[in-house]
Amino acid sequence: MAESSAAGRRVGENRLVDGVRAYRMIAAMWIRSTMAYRASFAMTTLGNFAATALDFVAILLMFSRVDALGGYALPEVAFLYGLSSVSFGLADLAIGSMDRLGRRLRDGTLDTLLVRPAPVLAQVAADRFALRRLGRVTQGALVLAYALWTVDIDWTVPKLLLMPVALVSGAGIFGAVFVAGAAFQFVAQDASEAQNAFTYGGTTLLQYPPTIFGKELVRGVTFVLPLAFVNWLPAAYVLDRPYPLGLPGWVAFTPPVVAVACGALAGLAWRAGLRTYRSTGS
Amino acid sequence: MGAGRLYAAVAAGGFRRYATYRAATAAGVFANTVFGLILVHTYLALWDERPQLGGYDQAQAVTYVWLGQALLAAAAIGGGGFEDELMERIRTGDVAIDLYRPADLQLWWLAADLGRAAFQLLGRGVVPFAFGALFFDVELPSRPGVWAAFLVAVVLGMVVSFGIRYLVALSAFWLIDGTGVAQMAWLAGFFCSGMLLPLNVFPGGLGEAVRALPWSSLLQAPADVLLGKADALGTFAFQAAWAVALLAAGRLVQSAATRRVVVQGG
Repeated sequence: MAESSAAGRRVGENRLVDGVRAYRMIAAMWIRSTMAYRASFAMTTLGNFAATALDFVAILLMFSRVDALGGYALPEVAFLYGLSSVSFGLADLAIGSMDRLGRRLRDGTLDTLLVRPAPVLAQVAADRFALRRLGRVTQGALVLAYALWTVDIDWTVPKLLLMPVALVSGAGIFGAVFVAGAAFQFVAQDASEAQNAFTYGGTTLLQYPPTIFGKELVRGVTFVLPLAFVNWLPAAYVLDRPYPLGLPGWVAFTPPVVAVACGALAGLAWRAGLRTYRSTGS
Repeated sequence: MGAGRLYAAVAAGGFRRYATYRAATAAGVFANTVFGLILVHTYLALWDERPQLGGYDQAQAVTYVWLGQALLAAAAIGGGGFEDELMERIRTGDVAIDLYRPADLQLWWLAADLGRAAFQLLGRGVVPFAFGALFFDVELPSRPGVWAAFLVAVVLGMVVSFGIRYLVALSAFWLIDGTGVAQMAWLAGFFCSGMLLPLNVFPGGLGEAVRALPWSSLLQAPADVLLGKADALGTFAFQAAWAVALLAAGRLVQSAATRRVVVQGG
């Protein structure tokens, strides 16, 4: 028994190693192909940067008319914005092309991925890997830098440690949303836009202070779809602000746990979805 | 077949083509509703701080949010109309076949795009708007005349939107790959139409400037007609002037393109 479970673990580890290796190879291939058209790459990266900057322009326009939104001043909103955008940007960069799965399901090209000796999830995640999405990460990082420069934070060691942990966990949570969205496309192939509500909608929601939303909505994104763990809860701790739901302070340190749990659930959803796949056969 | 009937048939085809994808439509309605929910709260917070900002009260600001979500797809404020397809046809050279047809290129695509817009107004616009009106405090006119004027403004906005995107698509004759231009046009449209924030909330001179641009016809103009903030006839005149100017510019560019540019072949 002990032997077979050890063997099982080895197989599991191998699948993970295989997956990461396949992902890196496919992503590297797409980067090489992108770099064949350098001018186009530069322009689309700039476009990606500008498109995401538009969200922040909206916030700046709002703050040109008011001094605070829901009790948060501009540097604090920028702090929320930066955390959410960098986390989302990293997830989007890594696996943001997964919303193209619906197209592969419709035209039957998913079959090609099924016969290759590499995990399907890794192949779908790396499919059309788009380096231009660094534009979004860069834009978020600049706003975060501005926030850290201007916001008044009483830094302590736990707060400093929480920052990178929150960014990585946030990326993990958004990544799980992307995977779950892809799994949903096995059910409804044309409905890839529905996941935009949770991905792009999610990051837009998190860019604003939790205090401006209704309690029900805040409860929903804390306990049902735990997007609040991306930045609202860590930021409430770092900025020393009460969270609208009055959760204890240690909750701010749980994003890694939440990210792993979300990832596991999304993985299960993905497996269930993949099992229902029937090729178009053409 | 009379010319009018031909373009009516093309428009009906555009309508039916988009009506086919029901799951995609439902997904779009869902996304618009969720975005509307998020935006409503940000607007409410903004108007809490500054009541009467931009001359709107809270109910009017909330109405504006749901109008934006209702018109986003119909007026193609985020792109996504015929232009991707026309650019692809120019890139591959298929446009040569379109130019052979005994139909006018610009009117053909205008009819098809209006058909698409009509479907998206009904299929994607009505439900988020009804949701907003049901669950939030909105301000809607009671006189049918105002609604009729609003619809006229919406249709004029659709024509202006087509005029802009037709120019964007024709740029592919020179650039071959029009993705960059399309993206820039999308950004400008989002910013200048009032989708980001109502244009009357923009500070000072910037607000005046964006109001004079064609994009304000897409969302701000119909919204102001519905909310009773603008004189309907003046708004129509503004929109119609831009529509005529843009369609004429499209004609000019089209004739330059077909005379001077070698069609891609292969």
